[in-house]
Amino acid sequence: MPDQLIFAMEVMLNGLLNGVMYALVALGFVLIFKASGIFNYAQGVMALFAAMTLVGIQQGRVPFGHLINEIFGTDIHYFGWEVPALAAIALTVLVMVGFAWLVQRFVFKHLVGQEPIILFMATIGLAYFLEGVSDLMWGSEIRNMDVGLPQGINDWIDANTFEIFGYGFFIDNLDISAAIVAGMLVTGLIAFAQYTKQGRAMRAVADDHQAALSVGIKLNYVWVLVWSLAGIVALVAGIMWGSKLGVQFSLSLIALKALPVLMLGGFTSIPGAIIGGLIIGVGEALFEFSIGPMIGGATENWFAYVLALVFLVFRPQGLFGEKIIERV
Amino acid sequence: MSGAQGGMAMHDAGQDVTVTADGRTIGGVVMEMRNITLRFGGVVAIKDISFDIREGEIRAIIGPNGAGKSSMLNVISGFYHPQEGEVIYRGSKRPPMKPFQVARQGIARTFQNIALFEGMTVLDNVMTGRLNHMKATILDQAIWWGKAQREEVENRRKAEEVIDFLEIQNIRKTPVGRLPYGLKKRVELARALVAEPKILLLDEPMAGMNVEEKEDMSRFILDVNDEFGTTIVLIEHDMGVVMDLSDRVVVMDYGKKIGDGTPDEVRRNQEVIDAYLGVAHD
Repeated sequence: MPDQLIFAMEVMLNGLLNGVMYALVALGFVLIFKASGIFNYAQGVMALFAAMTLVGIQQGRVPFGHLINEIFGTDIHYFGWEVPALAAIALTVLVMVGFAWLVQRFVFKHLVGQEPIILFMATIGLAYFLEGVSDLMWGSEIRNMDVGLPQGINDWIDANTFEIFGYGFFIDNLDISAAIVAGMLVTGLIAFAQYTKQGRAMRAVADDHQAALSVGIKLNYVWVLVWSLAGIVALVAGIMWGSKLGVQFSLSLIALKALPVLMLGGFTSIPGAIIGGLIIGVGEALFEFSIGPMIGGATENWFAYVLALVFLVFRPQGLFGEKIIERV
Repeated sequence: MSGAQGGMAMHDAGQDVTVTADGRTIGGVVMEMRNITLRFGGVVAIKDISFDIREGEIRAIIGPNGAGKSSMLNVISGFYHPQEGEVIYRGSKRPPMKPFQVARQGIARTFQNIALFEGMTVLDNVMTGRLNHMKATILDQAIWWGKAQREEVENRRKAEEVIDFLEIQNIRKTPVGRLPYGLKKRVELARALVAEPKILLLDEPMAGMNVEEKEDMSRFILDVNDEFGTTIVLIEHDMGVVMDLSDRVVVMDYGKKIGDGTPDEVRRNQEVIDAYLGVAHD
C-alpha cells in the first residue's frame, strides 16, 4: 500500500476522533435549541465553568477563596482534602443542575414569549456573567485536568497497524475514550428523548407551548431539565477538552468550533450533531493533509466555516434538521 | 339576569341523577361558573355570567363571533383569569391556577386553531396526553426498569385504544404536520381524550370542516360521551350542529348570557333569535 494512502488513513482516523470532540460541544447547543428555541451562546463558557468547578472540587479548593481572603484578610486556599474524581464529577453535576435552576428562575422565566433575538442576547449576557463567576470562584490560572482518563499513544493500535502496514498509527487514548463517552451520551440522550415521560414533555414543549400547557406540562420544570442536561453535556465536553488542552479560559472558545458543526448537522438533531462533528473533523484533517501544503497550510482554522457556508447556501436546515413543512 | 337565576335553581335541584331519552345518565353538578367577569383593559369580554355543568352531559356554549365563547373556555382551562367571580369545581372553589395545573385536575381541551406538536407523530402526540398518568420519576426513567417500563406499556395500550376508537390507526406514525385539517382536529381530540378527562373542552371542533367531516366529528363526540361518559363542554357558532348534539345550551352575545336551557327552549328564546337573525331597528 502506498505511503500516502496509509498516512491519509491515519489522518482520517484522527479527524474522526477530533470530530467527536466538536460534536460534544455541539450537543449542548442542540439540546437547548430543540427544547426552547434559544441559541445558547453561553454553552462554551458553561463547559469552562463545569471544568473549573470539577478541578476546583477535586483539588479541594475553597470557592471564592480570593474574595474571602480579600475581605476578611485571611489566607485560605484549600480545604486540605482531595475529592476522588467520581465524587467530584457527581458534585459538579449537582452544581450544574443548580446553575440551570438559577438561570431559569432569574433569567428565562421573565423572558417567556420574547423574540428569539432577545433570548439570544440574554445568553450573551449569561456567558459573560458566568465567565466572571468562574474567575471569581476558582481563579483564572490554567489548571490541569486529571480524572483518570488514559492519555498518550494507544500501544495496541500502534503495534497492530505496524504489523499490517509497516507503519504504526498514532492514536491518542484520550480521543478514544472521548469517542466512547460521546457514543454513550448520545445513545442515552436519544433514548431519553424518545422513550421517557420527561423526554416526551421536552419535545412537546419544543413544539408548542400552548398545547404543552393544555396537556399538563409544567414549562418551568422542562426548561430546568433541559438546562441541566445541557450543563451535564457541557461538563463532559469540559472534561474531554480540559484533559486535552488544560482547563483555561480559551476552553470557552471551543463553542466557536461547534457552529459549523451545527450548520451541517442541523440545529435540532442530536444524531446530526454527531455526524456533523465527524464530517467536519474528517473534512478539515483530510483537507489540511491533501490541499494544505499547496496553499501554505493552517487550513484547519477556516475550512469548517467555509464548509458551513456552502451548506447554508444549499441546505439551510442542515443534514438532519427538521424540514420546514408548510401547508398552504 | 333571569337566565342566570334559572341556572342556579337548576343546580340546586340538580344533585339528583336524570336519565336522558337516549338512555345516558346525567349526574350532579361537576363545575359551576359563578358571576364570571373577564376584562382586557377596557374591553369586557365576559360580563357577569353564571352557569353550571353537570356530570356526563354535553353542554354547548354558542353565540355569534366575538361573543366571548372562547374566552369562557379559556377561563375554565386556566389560560385566562377572570377579574371577578369564581369557578367551583367538584364542590369547592378553585383558586387561580396555571393551565398545566388545571390539566392535572382532569380538564382536557382542544383549541380553535389546533395546537398540536407538528413535528411529532400522531402516536407521540397522543402519548403526550398520558403524561399526567405517568408517575415514574426521572430516576425510574433513567434506569428504565420496572415502574417506568410498566407505565409506558400501559399508557401505550391506552393510546392505541383511543386511536382505534377515533379511527386514525392508519396515520399513527405520520408526523402531524403532514396531515390535512380535518384529521388534525381528530388527533387533537384523541390527545385530549386519552387523558381520561373529567371534563373535555372542545373549542369549535367543527370549524372549517366540510359536511362529511362535520358528521364524522359529531358522531365521535356523541360516541365519546356515550362510551366513556365524559362530560363535554363545546363551543360552536353553527347553531344547527349544536342543537342536535347537546343536552343543554348556554347562549352568549357581546359577553353576556342571553339564554340557557335545552336546545328546544333556547330555540324559542326571542333574545337568541334576535342575536342570530338580527333585530329590525326602526
